Amino acid sequence: MLMKLTGGRIYDPENGVHNEVRDIYVKDGRIVAGSVDDKIDQEIDVRGKVIMAGAIDMHTHIGGGKINIARTMLPEDHAADVIARTELLRSGCGHAAPSTLTAGYRYAEMGYTAGFEPAILPVNARQAHMEMHDTPIIDKGGYVMLGSDDYLLRMMAANDDQESINNYVAWTITHSQAIGVKVVNPGGINAFKFNQRKLDLDEKNNFYGVTPRDILLRLARAVNELGIPHPLHVHGCNLGVPGNMNTTLDTISGIGGLPMHLTHIQFHSYGTEGDYKFSSGAAEIAEAINSNKNITVDVGQILFGQTVTASGDTMIQHAGHSHAHPNKWVTMDIECDAGCGVVPFKYKDQSYVNTLQWIIGLETFLMVEDPWRIFLTTDHPNGAPFTSYPHLIRLLMDKTFRNETLSQLHPEAQKASNLASLDREYSLYEIAIMTRAGAARLVGLADRGHLGVGAGADITVYTDNADREKMFTRPDYVFKDGNMVVEDGDLIDVTWGTTHVVKPEYDNSIEKSLKGYFDKYLTMKMGNFKISDDEIVDDGRGSLTIQPLHKGGPI
Amino acid sequence: MAERDNARVWHEVPSPFCGIASDDLTITVTGQTVSVTENGDALTIKGFETPITDVMPRVDGQETSLANAVQRIAQLIGDSQQTLISGLGTDLNGARSAMALADKGRATVDHMNSSAVFRNLLVLQDTGWMNTTFSEVRNRVDLLLIVGSDIESGYPRFFERMVWPKDTLFGQDVESRVLVYLGKAPSGDASTSPKGKKAEVILCDDADLPEVMSVLRALISGRTLQAKHVGGIEISVLADLAQRLKAAQYSVVTWSAAMLDFQHAEVTVQMLCELVKDLNIKTRSSGLPLSGKEGDTTVNHVAAWQSGYPMRTNFNRGYPDYDPYLSDGLRMLAEDEVDTLIWVSSFDIERTPPLSSAKTVVLGRSGMTFEQEPEVFIPVGTPGIDHAGRAFRTDSVVSMPLRHLRESGLPSTFDVLSAVEHAI
Repeated sequence: MLMKLTGGRIYDPENGVHNEVRDIYVKDGRIVAGSVDDKIDQEIDVRGKVIMAGAIDMHTHIGGGKINIARTMLPEDHAADVIARTELLRSGCGHAAPSTLTAGYRYAEMGYTAGFEPAILPVNARQAHMEMHDTPIIDKGGYVMLGSDDYLLRMMAANDDQESINNYVAWTITHSQAIGVKVVNPGGINAFKFNQRKLDLDEKNNFYGVTPRDILLRLARAVNELGIPHPLHVHGCNLGVPGNMNTTLDTISGIGGLPMHLTHIQFHSYGTEGDYKFSSGAAEIAEAINSNKNITVDVGQILFGQTVTASGDTMIQHAGHSHAHPNKWVTMDIECDAGCGVVPFKYKDQSYVNTLQWIIGLETFLMVEDPWRIFLTTDHPNGAPFTSYPHLIRLLMDKTFRNETLSQLHPEAQKASNLASLDREYSLYEIAIMTRAGAARLVGLADRGHLGVGAGADITVYTDNADREKMFTRPDYVFKDGNMVVEDGDLIDVTWGTTHVVKPEYDNSIEKSLKGYFDKYLTMKMGNFKISDDEIVDDGRGSLTIQPLHKGGPI
Repeated sequence: MAERDNARVWHEVPSPFCGIASDDLTITVTGQTVSVTENGDALTIKGFETPITDVMPRVDGQETSLANAVQRIAQLIGDSQQTLISGLGTDLNGARSAMALADKGRATVDHMNSSAVFRNLLVLQDTGWMNTTFSEVRNRVDLLLIVGSDIESGYPRFFERMVWPKDTLFGQDVESRVLVYLGKAPSGDASTSPKGKKAEVILCDDADLPEVMSVLRALISGRTLQAKHVGGIEISVLADLAQRLKAAQYSVVTWSAAMLDFQHAEVTVQMLCELVKDLNIKTRSSGLPLSGKEGDTTVNHVAAWQSGYPMRTNFNRGYPDYDPYLSDGLRMLAEDEVDTLIWVSSFDIERTPPLSSAKTVVLGRSGMTFEQEPEVFIPVGTPGIDHAGRAFRTDSVVSMPLRHLRESGLPSTFDVLSAVEHAI
């Protein structure tokens, strides 16, 4: 069946198409070249509409142990946002930690067609995939967490060569079915198990004698040498600690030019100036990003209201538990592998600190010059639920709205910032870069995030509206793999997306020592740790898409 | 895997029959006969070796086809004012199909072990906890406090696998580990160290545990107490225990909620979890709840990610409506609030539905017998024997891939409940 979208205004940055009126042809789930001679089976008139590829959330906690702890512990949050079943849709709940079904529906309703879980513990990867399997419509995938796992730190303490580390990284990414590698508070989750309560970039883990800087270098190099397209995804040291901007600047300069993605940078851009000993480091951080082309960031914008923070960073989550709102929280030490911490939190617009966090996020968006290297996230749900993206887009695109909002916030925080004087307004083209083309490139999705011939037909059609929040809340149409799933802002079909992975090469002899390690020390066999391709296909509605590696790898 | 004499031998088989989900079992399958040939224990041997008897579905006691049985279930749900889907002794996909059916059929879901599980869940939802998982215990624990629970009767290989391994990662001599039972004494010697060091036991009645735990927490927090005894225990004994917990590098406090079988045991669990949090102000300590039987951990996980809520949720109004009291399945049955009961029990033939006035459908393990023949009985496959599956361990983090060991032809719970969902 050939479908034609006629006359839309195309924003397709990957192909350099900037607000050009073109027709799009779709066949068998892909975008194809069309011509006037083709027999069109379905034509949709989209004249005057804004057309972009489906949006991609490159960092969103949608599946896995910690988010399911968050769901279970927050019945009162769900109760205000329960979703009734319809002929088409399953029931569920929304807000801070939505059910998987609702999360898929709501992403699709906003024109998102993919989301990536950024913190998959190797030993919990099976659960993350189970949950993502139950997340409808959108494509998914995730980054596997390394850097506090005993096996890696042991290899580093023994000064094993880089090739061995590369093999271990490739083996882990393959058998946890991931598309990238993340490190969270490098070595810090592990150090907390030895009762270390903080770990600076050059501070040694008491047991292994390894520093976060060493871990970042080893892992960034492994990712690069293996040809994994997604750069090492880094949740740095000292999250949320006033003065951590210096750690972040050191982290950037210390990586030696290797590709590195710094996630939820807002939480890592704090100074210690002023009466509150808490200030914005956004200008310095943005400058460092601007001048280091190997660095990409997502913001982790906070927005006001109740949410829940769910992180692998047990050390920091434990340190912050006194801020829990409501007052309940969980941390877990996990399998000599990693950990997690879940702390509900309410961002208040009359709080100096929370207002400044809001400001720092926006300053970062506005001061980082290259939209290909900065990504729109709230670190769902840590800064705010992902459903607040349309509001955030309006803050970025509409200076008047932004400054009106700012004027309602904590007055001392307003004074501590020059946000009001920043004139930049994001264009639709830049939004398309941040949420589509750039995100696809960053994650390593060759066939997504653009509208060129051969791309998967994930397409979002909007009515242009000066109120960008309204515009991005309810697209006219969303197509997933060529199927119309949203019409006039409402879901009309439920499909099931694929799971994107990479399969870097490695020397299988690593399994000899790994098997011995599993047998001797762990409570699960290596063979049972591995997640088979069949598990991703599962009951038949799942599928696996192997994305190409970059050149340069394998070793 | 070697083939000999038509017997097939499977290695590294995970057990879904116990919350610790040991996955080092060797299983031999000859025809329909399954035997555990290595690393079995009372629970896993019974779990794997229970023979298949009946294979045909029954409606009103008469054998019939699966299709007929499915139709009858769909009809019962269609005519029902209040369906309860319970038992729920199943795996990942069984839980998924039960949730889908509950949503469509506006039913209530509850697990057969909820009375125990909610002693923990209510704490999670009220104050939270700091917990750990098995491999951390195996490699780190220096002081293990066992509260009110005879672990080995429910988890026979817990000590062998988690407390007395040959090697540990961080240079600890396992003989230096200290084990203290508070409340019940152990029923056997599983907690005795390889060189014969016995666990310490501080006895008290279950009824006194809430008070004893409160005192222990108070002592850990450095409070001065006037009392000299609590629950028959000298305060000095508890003060000494508090001191040792504070001095430990990585203490672990473990309990089986099922064995804390007294009214409002959740308050004792909460005290214990808060005590662990208090210890973490200075040192490291973690809780380790033991459950994970009959798929309870798996089913609560699936319910939480699909609906936002654990068990005890009803879909009567078209959306998930969570109430740990009103939607307590046993209470609903006892008070005649249920007209149709769908009982799933695919692991253990002894876990049959409670007697009630409800029309009863059982998806049960082959070999199950009933005091009162249900309206519909469908013998279903056991996950990890008759079909592949996945199941969570009690630590809620690790899940095991379950094997398809034999060709019994028995349908899975997922097959049956999905068919019912399509039929209503």
